[in-house]
Amino acid sequence: MILQQLINGLALGMVYALIAVGYSLVFGILRLVNFSHGSVYAFGAHIAMVFVGMQFGIIPALILSIIFTGVLGIAIDKIALAPLRAKKSKAIAALITTIGVSYIIQNLLMIVFGSQTKFFPKLFDYGNVHIGGVSISTTQLFIFGVSLALLLLLTFIIRKTKIGLAMRAVEQNPKAANLMGIDVDFVITFTFFLGGASAAIAGTLISGYYQVVYPTMGFLAGLKAFSAAVLGGIGILHGSIVGGLIVGVSESYAAAFLGGGYRDAVAFVILIIVLLVKPTGLFGKKGVVKV
Amino acid sequence: MLAVKNLNTHYGNIHALKGIDLEVKQGEIVTLIGSNGAGKSTTLGTITGLLRATSGEVWFKGENITSIPPSQIVKKGISLSPEGREVFPALTVEENLQLGAYVRKDKENIRTSYDRVYELFPRLFERKKQTAGTLSGGEQQMLAIGRGLMSMPQLLLLDEPSLGLAPNLVVMIFDLIVSINQQGTTVLLVEQNASMALSIAHRGYVLETGKVTMTDDAKILSDNDMVRKAYLGNI
Repeated sequence: MILQQLINGLALGMVYALIAVGYSLVFGILRLVNFSHGSVYAFGAHIAMVFVGMQFGIIPALILSIIFTGVLGIAIDKIALAPLRAKKSKAIAALITTIGVSYIIQNLLMIVFGSQTKFFPKLFDYGNVHIGGVSISTTQLFIFGVSLALLLLLTFIIRKTKIGLAMRAVEQNPKAANLMGIDVDFVITFTFFLGGASAAIAGTLISGYYQVVYPTMGFLAGLKAFSAAVLGGIGILHGSIVGGLIVGVSESYAAAFLGGGYRDAVAFVILIIVLLVKPTGLFGKKGVVKV
Repeated sequence: MLAVKNLNTHYGNIHALKGIDLEVKQGEIVTLIGSNGAGKSTTLGTITGLLRATSGEVWFKGENITSIPPSQIVKKGISLSPEGREVFPALTVEENLQLGAYVRKDKENIRTSYDRVYELFPRLFERKKQTAGTLSGGEQQMLAIGRGLMSMPQLLLLDEPSLGLAPNLVVMIFDLIVSINQQGTTVLLVEQNASMALSIAHRGYVLETGKVTMTDDAKILSDNDMVRKAYLGNI
């Protein structure tokens, strides 16, 4: 039972990690909590549902959802956030804007798809694998594998590629990055694309797990993933991954041992405890030192 | 090589540059001296596009580069080592240098540029895997200059390279500026340490509250009574 819930929790946690990474990436570059991210995730799930419904097959549907949702991420920045940066408006204005954008996306999904809960086919379902007393579904393995591959890919992009180096440079000192010849606007655009793309994958995977899609699905998932990001130290990639896994596993244990009513609360309880002990999150550093 | 014509820059309502004219010829070290708030850094900021000129022009090698964004300026062959060093603290020395070469496409030759920077600053080679935030002030200044050289600029702009450094390090940094210049890079040097700056420069400009009040050969400026009183601290 304990091991079984750990497996369930890890699969779920990997998806939270994927969403949390989206918060972290944008926060790292802009020092902005992008509260529209949960709705972006719901958007990704709906797009995947559309293409799965058109018999594209899951992988092409996933890829199309990545593209559409990545572009949505870019559009949010270009239409709503970039103009605020250009006017050097207060940080709170951008924050409130992201909340507004979140509802705009959510309501558009309701208008286009209806607000009812819709069916999403189970992903990669070939029954269960039994190891010892633990039963792992192939869906869970698929979720775990895809998320892991993606998180590794993101880490590789940020640690080893030229655009990743540019992202880290912009994160630390946008002015100096500009002087190096880095197009800061492009780096921001690219970051929003990565955030949107990982939200699309997370949305698709979770829909294939619970087999439901609905416009407000991003609200709670977004808040939990945000907690995961803060828990691990927002802006720090591996922190978000660990945070996601902690939230996923604890949710799974809470559902099993405390009853379903507590499953959603436990992520926030852990968040509050961690922040009381270590306000910067598990892997967080005190603000970057500029000498 | 660089010609600044009647340049005006504002910070909000403050008229920071009031019609600056200056020229830097190929192969020279030219220095801008002046006290705090005279407009030295503002001049460099406006040349590199970090600040927008309200009027006036900046020409580089026969091309008007007045309102080009900073990320494009470096491609034209101008590189700025900014005041306060502005290194990337959480990145390694090597990554900082790599960012200096960000706009370059000639991968094979970039290796040579690393070697050149490491030859000029052996300390950076010793610390290439360390994060820049752990370096001392002097080492960070070396990194900021080295990073500026990585784009192989024809014109290197240095903003207060001696700021906050111990006197022996200041001498070393100025010696290196001379070597960099002798290797073929033209230098525009902004300094509060006027005596050091005039000792290595070919020509100098004196800035006061946003205007050029004097310009001449460095030797003549350092013998000038007014300059000596105001900036060299001896009478």
